[in-house]
Amino acid sequence: MFKHEWIEKNVGIMLVAIMLAISIGGMVEITPLFFIKDTVEKVAGVRPYTPLESRGRDIYVREGCYLCHSQMIRPFRDEALRYGHYSLAAESQYDHPFQWGSKRTGPDLARVGKKYSNEWHVQHLNDPKSMVPASVMPRYPWLLTTPLDYSDVTDRLKALRQVGVPYSLTQGEYDRNVKEFGADVAKMLHIPDAQKNLIAQAQAGNYDGDRSNVSEMDALVAYLQVLGTMVDFSKYDNDEFVKFR
Amino acid sequence: MSQQKTQMAQTTGHVWDDDLQEYSNPLPSWWLIGFYASVIMALIYWMIYPAWPVGKHFTTGFNTVTYVNDKGQEKTWHWNTRAQLMKDMNEAQKMQKPYFDKVAAMSFADIARDPELTNFVNSAGKALFADNCAACHQSGGQGKPGFFPNLTDDDWLYGGTYANIQESITKGRHGYMPAFKEVLNATQLDELANYVASLSGEKADAAKAKAGDALFHSETAACYYCHGNDAKGRQQIGSANLTDKIWLWADVPGQGTPEKKVEAIRTVIANGLNRGVMPAWEDRLKPEQIKLLTAYVHGLGGGK
Repeated sequence: MFKHEWIEKNVGIMLVAIMLAISIGGMVEITPLFFIKDTVEKVAGVRPYTPLESRGRDIYVREGCYLCHSQMIRPFRDEALRYGHYSLAAESQYDHPFQWGSKRTGPDLARVGKKYSNEWHVQHLNDPKSMVPASVMPRYPWLLTTPLDYSDVTDRLKALRQVGVPYSLTQGEYDRNVKEFGADVAKMLHIPDAQKNLIAQAQAGNYDGDRSNVSEMDALVAYLQVLGTMVDFSKYDNDEFVKFR
Repeated sequence: MSQQKTQMAQTTGHVWDDDLQEYSNPLPSWWLIGFYASVIMALIYWMIYPAWPVGKHFTTGFNTVTYVNDKGQEKTWHWNTRAQLMKDMNEAQKMQKPYFDKVAAMSFADIARDPELTNFVNSAGKALFADNCAACHQSGGQGKPGFFPNLTDDDWLYGGTYANIQESITKGRHGYMPAFKEVLNATQLDELANYVASLSGEKADAAKAKAGDALFHSETAACYYCHGNDAKGRQQIGSANLTDKIWLWADVPGQGTPEKKVEAIRTVIANGLNRGVMPAWEDRLKPEQIKLLTAYVHGLGGGK
């Protein structure tokens, strides 16, 4: 009764069968991750991005940086020597979507934060070849001249809050963040103050070397400079991370 | 031949468009063997390595990896890449350790005298330099005028001794010079720029330079406070020597005419500097790696 011919001759049934087969594969791989408690390491320091960093991340995605740069240091010796400690799942727990990437034309950026000065990043984004003569990275000169559009930053943070990033709207959520991240970070995560915080951070950090405006460069460099710097690995024995695999 | 084959082979029984038929040949045996072999392979793999989720955990597999953790204790865990990495790193470090121990224990002078260790410093230092320093100071340490200082000449903003270089790498640096456009008027800026140009033998208006000399040593501009009475700079605070022909911030050698050279200097005096940031490497590199890099950078040509 259940002959192959029967499936092959009924497009609708065939379609359902294909979807079933594919979704079984997907479910087998993905579903357990939601139930294995040990997937995400418990480390101190990982926090959601500040409004400025978050906008920088949006620009990172807009410009397609992920097409050439990964943010995922794998636990291999060559990567440990070049990039540093392997990435933890915990470090991208607030990334939506994560920026692990799937291809490296340029180097991995998971731990690029604080490795170079702001000035280097600005000059390098403006004209990569002027800093790294052999680079094939394209130029991004408009970042420095385009003012950052932060009019919708509160909505953007609200959207991230919807998918589980602990940005706070209410006093209760704010208090919870103070407990979890400390007062300084909690202030930066408070959505009603997002615009104010964004401008303050851009001016204090002076990422693009020009205090008079908030450019897209400010946001992107602020984002790049925080990548991979949240966890203090000197506090942890690598033994602890082995237990999560 | 093909005619004959058509008659002999079995077909699926389907006929399309009057004469189109589909063969129903058995799978070639080499393919079938390969298929079953890979099924068996998968079963073996599942037994050896972490594979299937079970409840809140997963099957860990029989394979184990024995590694030495950060505290120096030997541990055995089911095979996984994180444990395997610790094992790999330990094995590689074991080979480099005797050299790094020597670098850590010996004085810089002794390292320079030991040919074997100098070889190690040069090869390991080159790799570390390429990963961490070359993005700014360029692959040979020649720097980038206007951005990052040359490490191969004998002009050092913060000093070129081993101790100075080690301090620079460990703690990082941040160059700063106040902007003088609010303090000085256009004539005064011009006079100062002419004076600074004359200090390193560039063509300058003698009268203006003389007035600039007075300003330089006055309390109005107080340039001498950071650059010193002799304008040779003070390495404790990283102020530049203005009497040599080496320029980092004002691109004097790159300008065609004396007027433009003076203008380049004037711009820096007027706007000041809040750049020349070198990151601190103490969180990224181990002390012995920094010491090795110090020896390498010192050996690039300009070490004092």
